[in-house]
Amino acid sequence: MSVSTKEKKTKTKALDDGGTPSLLGTVIKLILLGILAAGMLFAIMILIGNGSYFVAGLATLVTLVILFIYLRRGMLPAKYMIPGLIFMMIFQVYVAVYSGYIAFTNYGGGHIGSKSGAIEIMALTGQERVPESPELTIKILQSSDEIGMLALITQDDGVKAWEFGTNDSILSPEKVSGTFEEPVVDGYKILNFSEVVANQDAITQLKIPAGDEYPSAYVLTKDGSYAYFYQPTLAYDPETDTVTRVTDGMVFTDNADGNFQSATGEKLFPGWRADVGFANFIKAFTDERIRGPFLGVTLWTFAFAILSVLTTFAMGLGLALLFNDKTFRGRKIYRVAMILPYAFPGFLSAMIWRSMFNEKYGFINQVILGGVDIPWLSDAWLAKLAILFVNFWLGFPYMFLIVLGALQAIPEELMESAKIDGATPWQQLRLIKLPLLLVSVAPLLVTSFAFNFNNFTLIYLLTGGGPKNIDAGLNAGHTDILITLVYKLAFNAGEGSDFGLASAFSILIFFVVGTISYLGFRRSRTLEDMN
Amino acid sequence: MEKEMTSEERKAYNAARKKLEAERKPTIGLQFKRHAWKHIIAIAVAIYAVFPLLYIFSASLNEGGTLTGSNSLFATIGIGNYADLFDNPQKPFANWFVNTLIVSGSTAIGSVFLSALAAYAFSRMRFKGRRAGLLTLILVQMFPQLLALVAIYALLSEIGQVFPWMGTGTHLGLILVYLGGALGANTYLMYGFFNTIPKELDEAAKIDGATHTQIFYGMILRLAAPILAVIGLLSFIGTSSDFLLANIILIKPEDKTLAVGLYSYVSDQFNQEWTVFAAGAVIAATPIVGLFLYLQRYIVSGLIGGAVKG
Repeated sequence: MSVSTKEKKTKTKALDDGGTPSLLGTVIKLILLGILAAGMLFAIMILIGNGSYFVAGLATLVTLVILFIYLRRGMLPAKYMIPGLIFMMIFQVYVAVYSGYIAFTNYGGGHIGSKSGAIEIMALTGQERVPESPELTIKILQSSDEIGMLALITQDDGVKAWEFGTNDSILSPEKVSGTFEEPVVDGYKILNFSEVVANQDAITQLKIPAGDEYPSAYVLTKDGSYAYFYQPTLAYDPETDTVTRVTDGMVFTDNADGNFQSATGEKLFPGWRADVGFANFIKAFTDERIRGPFLGVTLWTFAFAILSVLTTFAMGLGLALLFNDKTFRGRKIYRVAMILPYAFPGFLSAMIWRSMFNEKYGFINQVILGGVDIPWLSDAWLAKLAILFVNFWLGFPYMFLIVLGALQAIPEELMESAKIDGATPWQQLRLIKLPLLLVSVAPLLVTSFAFNFNNFTLIYLLTGGGPKNIDAGLNAGHTDILITLVYKLAFNAGEGSDFGLASAFSILIFFVVGTISYLGFRRSRTLEDMN
Repeated sequence: MEKEMTSEERKAYNAARKKLEAERKPTIGLQFKRHAWKHIIAIAVAIYAVFPLLYIFSASLNEGGTLTGSNSLFATIGIGNYADLFDNPQKPFANWFVNTLIVSGSTAIGSVFLSALAAYAFSRMRFKGRRAGLLTLILVQMFPQLLALVAIYALLSEIGQVFPWMGTGTHLGLILVYLGGALGANTYLMYGFFNTIPKELDEAAKIDGATHTQIFYGMILRLAAPILAVIGLLSFIGTSSDFLLANIILIKPEDKTLAVGLYSYVSDQFNQEWTVFAAGAVIAATPIVGLFLYLQRYIVSGLIGGAVKG
């Protein structure tokens, strides 16, 4: 007996391992793995070439794990999960963790790159003409692939001579031959006036290192005829880690918050990404002009999500009760008409309603209300009402569909026996239909809440979060919900994008959504279903 | 049936039959009267549901019209707006349309495939951490990817510095980001459907010598094909409606998707090209609405199962 059980066990196990693979399957698998390995090897080499050793190591590790899992027998579940898992780990889990990291930095406009990058940019952007330096007469030259400059420079012996330079090589007389009147550089052709005009953009971008006489300076031209020596106004000293402004001698030191700062408090831009600890969170909770709007946005987000679910559910329920009647003729046609708002792409609906609500020319004010000037989208409360109204239009068909489906799933015998027992229609609805309905619909209501909680498309395309809250210390409007606020903080041009603060808000929203969904799902049966 | 019936019995029988028939098959007028209030409500709701769509369709036919001009429905009819739509190099509608098809199509196919793989493992295999895995999926599903928008943008621009063909500004980068949300969005739903396919079929196939790949591709995927199509379609619609990620990741006008591109028509205050936008909206919406209505029945079953349309 024990032998046969054992045999059976091995046999079942072999089956679970997936049986004997076919030759074709094995060949396809090896080819795919080969392509993957080759691609990863290529990527890893580029990464090493770029000096990103950590990422390169990570990529190597992941590749090895993948090869290990697919090349050996067994571990079948892993073979099926890995493709999706990798995407999920990078673009859902890792980015969430990364948001957590960004929330503790000052990443954003003015603090984008590294410190060395910031120093480089400062050296490039602030520039002034070197005092008492001469004006240079120049000629522009062109080879097959670049533009160069001949400049008439006074030599050590006081005689003027032509020197040649390009963006990559300093000015020097070495390559110049020919006569003083007609200098020649091998491989280059001197441009005439019309050719200079045609190459204007490339010529104004010429930036030729000046050489020994002015070591940190370079030669720039605006017109292709005359050029001048320029030097950076900010000089970085690596030994003391300070920046000195050439014009007035002001010294700027690293303030540990991602900027060089002077003793008088003046900051140099750009700064760089630096860890700022809890500063963003502290700002969100203590700065009066941020806390107030943030609280307002949070409350409105909840109000919007809850009211959206309630209103659409009430309408959907009412319609479904109306339509769940087999003797009611024409319900199929009505049904098609009613689900059209749901079938229509949501982003287009939001844009269409935005124009219909237009204060001066919109369909609602001009036609339906007969020519009034109601500021639907520019008054704080009316805009909120308009949003709820549009979301009602967008959402009731969905509720109608799911409630109707759930109603039709309630066994008819149940209702029959209730009728025979003398239950009134109201009792049938309240005591039988609704409870049964809620069991199957409740998880979908939670999902709907979560969806509306982050319904970026509707709010952003309908009102853009506006009207703007002018008292707020950040770019928040009266109809902004949390996700649109995060977006505007991070990406709205002109307002000084603040990735750090935006991420701090994201993290707070993560916690809110997580808690609510957990409570919601715990009450519903979703979690009990799993076995 | 009624072999011998007295005339009285016959009378009573006929009367009863008439009454029954009347109940079963009332005339249209009678029917309407009985349900009059229901019809009134239904007609009102239907008008409410349809008029914005009629309005946009009317506007799209109103040549060279402004927002004000669009207020009288179907006053003028012409196809000039449709022609203008395809004749504007600054707003290349044809490109947007193709881009949307490419991005949303790849995302739909990829995400159905990825989640079908995982759902198969959850449904057919028993392994350590299976329950925890399912729980994690539900948890992940609760956290919309959108919330990490800053990190997604930062990550893609860092990737773009090393591999420019998959960083910000590329369709591939956007598709990869969308695929990241695939497992969380669809696996649990598919897992439910795979569970309804009897396991005995697998057992039989195994005994006949089928490998797990043959069972998956040859049997499970084929049996679940209708529901996979619906999930794919919903994923397509959801992806093509995304504004946020497409807006921050795609940069050049000719790379944009419909959602981002069409917004540039209405984002200015005066809606100067309103009727051209209307034509674009009609073209963008028609295939989706058509598919939706055509597959209505299946889509509803998918929705009740918990799928989400954006």
